[in-house]
Amino acid sequence: MAGMTTSSSTQAASQAITQAATHRLPGDLAIWFFILAELLAFAVFFAAYAFARASHVEEFNLYQQTLDRNLGALNTLLLITGSWFVVLAVQAAHRDNRPAIARHLLLGWLCGAGFLVVKVFEYAAKFGAGISMSTNTFYMFYISLTFFHFMHVILGMVILTVLWVQARKGVYGSHDAHGLESGAAYWHMVDLLWIILFPLVYVMR
Amino acid sequence: MQYKSQAVAKPYFIAAIGLFVGQILFGLILGLQYVLGDFLFPAIPFNVARMVHTNLLIVWLLFGFMGGAYYMIPEESETELFSPKLALALFWIFLVAGALTIVGYLAVPYATLAELTGNNLLETMGREFLEQPLPTKLGIVVVALAFLFNITMTVLKGKKTSISIVLLLGLWGLAVFFLFSFYNPVNVVLDKFFWWWTVHLWVEGVWELILGSFLAFVLIKTTGVDREVIEKWLYVIVTLTLITGIIGTGHHYFWIGTPEYWQWWGSIFSALEPIPFFAMTVFAFNMVNRRRREHPNKAAVLWALGTGVMAFLGAGVWGFLHTLAPVNYYTHGTQITAAHGHMAFYGAYAMVNLMMISYAMPILRGRAANGNKSQVLEMWSFWLMTVAMVFITLFLTAAGILQVWLQRVSDTPLPFMVAQEKIQLFYWMREWAGVAFLIGLILYIASFFAGGDEKEAA
Repeated sequence: MAGMTTSSSTQAASQAITQAATHRLPGDLAIWFFILAELLAFAVFFAAYAFARASHVEEFNLYQQTLDRNLGALNTLLLITGSWFVVLAVQAAHRDNRPAIARHLLLGWLCGAGFLVVKVFEYAAKFGAGISMSTNTFYMFYISLTFFHFMHVILGMVILTVLWVQARKGVYGSHDAHGLESGAAYWHMVDLLWIILFPLVYVMR
Repeated sequence: MQYKSQAVAKPYFIAAIGLFVGQILFGLILGLQYVLGDFLFPAIPFNVARMVHTNLLIVWLLFGFMGGAYYMIPEESETELFSPKLALALFWIFLVAGALTIVGYLAVPYATLAELTGNNLLETMGREFLEQPLPTKLGIVVVALAFLFNITMTVLKGKKTSISIVLLLGLWGLAVFFLFSFYNPVNVVLDKFFWWWTVHLWVEGVWELILGSFLAFVLIKTTGVDREVIEKWLYVIVTLTLITGIIGTGHHYFWIGTPEYWQWWGSIFSALEPIPFFAMTVFAFNMVNRRRREHPNKAAVLWALGTGVMAFLGAGVWGFLHTLAPVNYYTHGTQITAAHGHMAFYGAYAMVNLMMISYAMPILRGRAANGNKSQVLEMWSFWLMTVAMVFITLFLTAAGILQVWLQRVSDTPLPFMVAQEKIQLFYWMREWAGVAFLIGLILYIASFFAGGDEKEAA
């Protein structure tokens, strides 16, 4: 009898563990609140863009042509690749492959830096042509949205830097990937936002 | 009282309540002047009464913040205050400087006061809320810096908790943004632009951090919920506040000569400003529902819940009402703004100070909580003041809607003063609600002397 109880309780415990593993929220709950708040701010911005476009369709279509879609596509590629490296870093942590964590984080960081460089060239061309936030409503949204996102890429890179330093100290591994997952989730958000922003502002007509 | 030096908070709290009474009396005078234009003229003209009403508000809230910090920081840092003597000296300096300033406002014409106090050396006077003469402004900076030195040194020598770090961030921000009151460019647009860096970034930025930190402290003490849980909430609230509040400054930049993009930036970010206030409401109720003990000070818990709800309504909902640029096109500078200002200041900052005083004062007087009779009286005062403020806000909102309609939306718009005549009924009702508020405040003060069966010593 006693043996049966023990085995059924072990079974229940192992079931609970598998369940917890499948339903586990990666990273800290607080970072998810933060991400949701950020997404909400962008969502309101996107909604305002749609609202403004509805009453200026021709203006938006006309000036959208002046944006460099190739540079935008290159940047999309850079951010997606960056996110892929960060996924590899988290997987390396779960496999306890310590050197691979830092290496992949660094590669992810470099993709972010690449994004910033491309964006600076894009901005230089636009500002050089005398375009500013006061030129028209389309450019106001183009500059506001991309600049707001630009600042988030920088924040994401600051977070990746912290993760890289911690990873080099050997903080992360299969025993503890909590901080790494939190930072990775934020980086994926930066990437996700761009995947909405790029078609919305550069491509969709 | 866990630490002897916490006692320096007591005179700060008493002064805060005294100045609060002054603020309300001048509020009643002002309210009457809306309907009887020459009431007390020429002794106290409208502009002077308004200046005294708003300046007393700011000063009593600052006294409350400082008192609250002096009470809270030793307990959070688990050490005595760095210098209780400095804290007491600053109390008297600030009180005397504040009193002299108010006497100055009332005794001589404002222009003469400006001349007497060296406004020609550095022109900082004559702007709403920042009317203080130069010596007072400098005094505020000196007091703020010495106060921050005292508080920061205490935190540095003791334990550093999230709650005290958030409070420090709020208090340092308060001091830094006050420096913009010294910058007064000749260009009126630039003047207003930076004026908001003090005014907006105080009340919709760093003061919210002070509010969050005080609320978290009192909730830990009264509910016994784990510090870890409360701190996580605090971080979320701080983040939401900063994301929305900083760029939200843009909602003051509509129609004052700033570039048009501020209409979008201001509308978008400030539309999100109710969120941190809503989070604070949920936070307060959630923690009280999950309480692990029944704290004998029921009144303090009531103030904590009250500030959560009223800050959300006053700052969040009433702020949102007129924060979108197309709406603000009609409501800018009307009684809608006054309605929002009244409930937001009461709900967020008056109530959080009253919460801190309610929690700390009995302990400073040597007991865990006041007796039953005293607490019942205090709760009556809570409901009277809060309900009165709801009515003040509703009457001003009604006055504001009518004003916007008659003066701005109508096909045959009326001149300002004619529109004012037509909304007198609402000003009268607001004045009576103000009288009810004063009665609530008198009951509040009476609760300190009610005595009764005192709960065991703290």
